Amino acid sequence: MIHTDYGYEVRSGNRLLRVCLYGEIDHHSAAALRQDLDELLLRERPLRLVLDLSRIEFMDSSGLGLLMGRYRLMKELGGVTAIERANAGIMKILRLAGMERFFEIAHG
Amino acid sequence: MKNRRSGEKNRMHLCLPALSVNEGVARSAVAVFCAQMDIGVTQLADIKCAVSEAVTNCIVHAYKHSAGMIYITVTLYEGGIRVIVKDKGCGIADVKKAREPLYTTDAENERSGMGFTVMENFMDRLAVRSRPGKGTVVIMSKRISAFPEKE
Repeated sequence: MIHTDYGYEVRSGNRLLRVCLYGEIDHHSAAALRQDLDELLLRERPLRLVLDLSRIEFMDSSGLGLLMGRYRLMKELGGVTAIERANAGIMKILRLAGMERFFEIAHG
Repeated sequence: MKNRRSGEKNRMHLCLPALSVNEGVARSAVAVFCAQMDIGVTQLADIKCAVSEAVTNCIVHAYKHSAGMIYITVTLYEGGIRVIVKDKGCGIADVKKAREPLYTTDAENERSGMGFTVMENFMDRLAVRSRPGKGTVVIMSKRISAFPEKE
């Protein structure tokens, strides 16, 4: 069976929320991640969200939609969003979409 | 064999129902098939991403209101690969518009509108043919050099 595992791990404190996403982000996985992350953001109301992408094995443009959606929600909540540790493949699609305009991006 | 492109090495036909779980199945199957060529990891990742975009379009747009099948043909030939992703869904009224970066008809579901842009940038050639009510054919090709790029 082809493994399409995905999910996240969370650390929070001082209104900093660090989410380490793992697995494959595509249209199939994005809907569940979107719902879980939004519940988390509305509960924690962080001032800074850090999305650690170091354990993402695959991401297509559905992942871009997921990231942009969380950026918008964080903006509504008065916070900022950063992306950390994206590998070269993920950076390629982030750059293609001009995501540097919205996120602080710390390279992998 | 008639109509076979010269230099053709191998060919795969894959037919899958338009279910989101098959996005991962399709890109993985195409990558495994392409891996028999002398291909770099980066090129393989590009192909996976482009295939994922084309297949997702079939599920999200072509068969938004109906069930249907996605037909994928991968051809390996001397110096490159060609991937054809075909559906018999609703079709695209304005292909030129649909190919514009950030254009989407489904913003409320967080579609980024970058699908065709990814296909265009991650592959060397992209052609899209569509007829409203009949379906869409996406043809993508990528040159594969005999010596893969340094990783």
